Amino acid sequence: MIAVLIALLTALLILVGAGFALVAAIGINRLPDVYTRMHAASKAGTVGSGLMLLAVALHAGDLSTLARALAGFFFFVLTAPISAHLLAMAAHKMGYPLHEQSVRDDLNDHQN
Amino acid sequence: MTAQTILSSALWLALVVLGLSFLLTVWRVIKGPTLPDRVVALDMLVGIVIGFIALIAIRTGFTLYIDIAISLGLVGFLATVAFARFILARGRGEEAPEAKASPVAPAAPLAPKHKRATSRKPGAGPAVSRKAKK
Repeated sequence: MIAVLIALLTALLILVGAGFALVAAIGINRLPDVYTRMHAASKAGTVGSGLMLLAVALHAGDLSTLARALAGFFFFVLTAPISAHLLAMAAHKMGYPLHEQSVRDDLNDHQN
Repeated sequence: MTAQTILSSALWLALVVLGLSFLLTVWRVIKGPTLPDRVVALDMLVGIVIGFIALIAIRTGFTLYIDIAISLGLVGFLATVAFARFILARGRGEEAPEAKASPVAPAAPLAPKHKRATSRKPGAGPAVSRKAKK
């Protein structure tokens, strides 16, 4: 009984993680410019892989595996915004343009 | 319905979905008009491969794969940071035939301002450039 419950929870985590990865991939193809693509990839992609790591920890049912999976999850959650922010700042400083429908650019000095 | 059938069917479905998202992201890497697009898509590919490693860890039962996933995440983070520094150092280069300057963000005045701001105090940069523009 408890094995079926753990298998159900693991399957749910796996499927939700894969769904987040698919949403991120669709967003990276559909969104119009670099900055919005970055927003899709760095948030939904990180949550997808992190949920799958948690599924590994739940499936193993081991304390050391749980600790390593949690360490990996927090590592990804901490580093994904840093790399995305660095990349966005580099692209903006080099003058890669925003999409025409963007309404606001807080990093730009010339319009405020 | 036993636990094993639930888990194996969920694993198959998740592998198919992850493969589909992998192919979509590879399409963005191939097509992406500028270099930051490709770097973002490569960062996303690292995340998808971490998901694949986690699925294989569940399928085979070797939890040592988690360590491989963590080290792959570290390498991917360092690669993205290095690519960002490379974009800063290289400039815009010869690309951008379709990335024209939009009315929202004028592309040309940004680059020389950055060069000046590195050699000057950070607070003095925008005021001087605004005065020089008038």
